[in-house]
Amino acid sequence: MNIPTNLKYTKTDEWFDPLSGKMGLSDYAQSQLSDIVFVEILVEVGDAIEAGKAIASVESVKAAAEAYASASGKVTAVNEGLANTPEILNKDPYGKGWMVQIEGGDAFDLMDAAAYQKYCEERAH
Amino acid sequence: MNYIPISPKEREAMLAAIGVKSTEELFRDVPKKHRFPKLDLPPALTEMEAAAELEELAASNENLRGDLVSFLGAGAYNHYIPSVVDHILRRGEFYTAYTPYQPEISQGTLQAIFEYQSLMCALTGMEVSNASHYDGATAVAEAVSMAYAQFRGKRTKVVISPAVHPQYRETLRTYAQGMGLQLTGDDPSDVLISNLDSLISLIDANTALVIVQYPDFFGRIYDYTSLIEAAHAQGTLVCVAANPTALALLKTPGEMGADIVVGEGQPLGIPLAYGGPYLGFFTTRKQYIHKMAGRLVGETIDNRGQRAYVLTLTAREQHIKRERATSNICSNQGLMALAAAVYLSLVGKRGLRQVAELCYQRAHYAADQLGKIKGYGLQFPAPFFHEFVLRCPQPAAEINEHLLEHGILGGYDLGQDYPALNNHLLIAVTEMNSKEEIDALVEVLSEVEHD
Repeated sequence: MNIPTNLKYTKTDEWFDPLSGKMGLSDYAQSQLSDIVFVEILVEVGDAIEAGKAIASVESVKAAAEAYASASGKVTAVNEGLANTPEILNKDPYGKGWMVQIEGGDAFDLMDAAAYQKYCEERAH
Repeated sequence: MNYIPISPKEREAMLAAIGVKSTEELFRDVPKKHRFPKLDLPPALTEMEAAAELEELAASNENLRGDLVSFLGAGAYNHYIPSVVDHILRRGEFYTAYTPYQPEISQGTLQAIFEYQSLMCALTGMEVSNASHYDGATAVAEAVSMAYAQFRGKRTKVVISPAVHPQYRETLRTYAQGMGLQLTGDDPSDVLISNLDSLISLIDANTALVIVQYPDFFGRIYDYTSLIEAAHAQGTLVCVAANPTALALLKTPGEMGADIVVGEGQPLGIPLAYGGPYLGFFTTRKQYIHKMAGRLVGETIDNRGQRAYVLTLTAREQHIKRERATSNICSNQGLMALAAAVYLSLVGKRGLRQVAELCYQRAHYAADQLGKIKGYGLQFPAPFFHEFVLRCPQPAAEINEHLLEHGILGGYDLGQDYPALNNHLLIAVTEMNSKEEIDALVEVLSEVEHD
């Protein structure tokens, strides 16, 4: 399980990078979903988003899920590339698989890597 | 049907297992007076008596195979159905098979749906077809759901032509309840003055979808290219509800740039029946595939490299996506879609064009002859396919009554839906109407005034 230590995590398996303001789905989430075939970003540049609100709709070969905002703020960029190559969410969830970038977000309530690691392990049992 | 034999001993064992002594006790929570309510039924008949009574009732129906000559269309059309269609439909493998819950096991059903989808795409000039909806009206309504989902509810206006089938518009209003959608453009009193320009003027940046019909409810043929361009300039989607027979002859809505093409598939090998079952077809462009309602069958290869069919993209369906799905319809009209696929495969591209040409020519012969009768006239100058509006000297209902006395089922009384067209009949002519039948209609109408 890949859990970078520079990121923060939600209980609904999204990550947030306090430095860049980017957010996306964790490695744990993508592995649970299996092969992802469709991603639709539900917000636009300029939208004010709130932590916990849906930012993307994700469909895999076996399930459909929503990704929720890991922090609140104003959207400065969305990853348009995901629509045509949803599989990069499986291959590179923390890099090319980022979903939305915001400004002004804080990671106040989020778990650090160690806490998230423990949270994932608990669910594995 | 499962045959489940049960002996009194087994019944007792089951009752004991759930801890009751008798069937009576099992149902004790149902108040006694509701357990066997008194039904107001006539005395029981023997099977022979019941059969005789039903036959007598059925005999009072008048059908189009011998009893009546029909010029009634308005969305459902009397076409010849090759006998092979029914023979294939009645095969047990198809007749009993609903879209299966373990779909990949039913390769034959999936292949038939895949072929149906391919045929509908060829006919409409579109890229993707779903496995069908219940009828033309529900297909139109699903187009609205798709457009609404495409804009994630941010666009709340739908522009609909008053020349879209009145029942489709009514169904649409039912669907749109609670969606917060504003439906505009279809005031029936505007029908005489409205044109494409007046529809275009209603399209704005809040418009999710424009709906037009092709040919329209009055049979008229318009090229919607400029309307579609105007809609696209606002980012608005366009749905064309099309007659599938006409598409064999006319420029396809796909060529005009339509985003969604839907319609009533009944003309493709499905008999006229009050209440259906009919067939809704739904086609669109690839880019909207994740927002499309209904089932979708795809062709793939299995782990042995053999061609196989699967239900594709089921994750977008309601049973997985729950309330976030575009529509609550996961089902399709399997048997009727099969009928359309068999019909189209049988008549082929040239055969369907021949059917369409016969309809066109006979309808135009009828319009010419009827337009010449004193007091009658064609209401609209626009080109038409196999249906046209005849202005009459009397209320349409009176004329239809007179026609029925002569064994002729007249046209659709347009005054029911369009008050401005009170004395107008919508006359449909298909390949089933011979020249003699058309001449007989002309003759009876010529005599109306003298009667």
